[in-house]
Amino acid sequence: MIALNPYFFYFFAGLAIACALFVVLKKNPVASAFSLVVVFFSFAAIYAMLEAHLIAALQILVYAGAIMVLFIFVIMLLNQDGPSLDLNRSPLYARILGGAACLGIFASFLFAFKNATLITATGLFTPERIEAAGGNTQVISELMFSEYILPFELTSVLLLAAIVASVAVAKRKRMESEP
Amino acid sequence: MSPVEPWVVLAFSSAIFFIGLYGVMVRRNIIVILMSIELMLNAVNLTFILFSRQLNDLSGQMSVFFIITVAAAESAVGLGLVIAMFRTLRSVDTDEIQLLKG
Repeated sequence: MIALNPYFFYFFAGLAIACALFVVLKKNPVASAFSLVVVFFSFAAIYAMLEAHLIAALQILVYAGAIMVLFIFVIMLLNQDGPSLDLNRSPLYARILGGAACLGIFASFLFAFKNATLITATGLFTPERIEAAGGNTQVISELMFSEYILPFELTSVLLLAAIVASVAVAKRKRMESEP
Repeated sequence: MSPVEPWVVLAFSSAIFFIGLYGVMVRRNIIVILMSIELMLNAVNLTFILFSRQLNDLSGQMSVFFIITVAAAESAVGLGLVIAMFRTLRSVDTDEIQLLKG
């Protein structure tokens, strides 16, 4: 059974939902990016409350650090405060239909979650055992380098491919018409 | 105040997911669409972590680790594509992407 502190959980959940709505509804992409930072930090707090300490740290380092810097860097690079900002948004009927569809599926999810019975815990990694084995980070690291060594090595190939691809895509091409 | 039930956390995570989905559907700015995709990935991560805690099984946290890696790679390539698109079209509006239109 999970034991979340309700005050902290509802605070961070409310903050995350409000800022996620800001991300989607704000016209200015810079405002969206800074709201997204708050969402990422709230998620990190909830991860830490669910005893996923390594993932909480990675969330702040990778999402709130690296990915957000990348987003803000691209927004500043494009410097699009001209007419191309977000002037022609989607038509009103598309926004209403999209919102209604999302709300409908969300309501059905809510109904399903409320009435579902959770299966009982069968895993070996109870919080007490993780604590005795040296904490969340140590146990995850041992798993990563034993059971999950192949996917871990494959992620390095994936990252290399992503680096090469993003450089190749974003590189300034030489004009073919020039001699 | 009673402790938080697991379904409340699941409801919160699906709320964030559908906010992101709404953003992908209605926004025209491709940078904001990429941000909405990040929101959806985060919602899925939270579900993984919740079930990892609920079932006392760390495979969920390992999955989140790999999802974070893939998300970082995806946003790097995606923003590279945004730069290439801006260079070609001088715009980040998704309606301008119609090069294949006959």
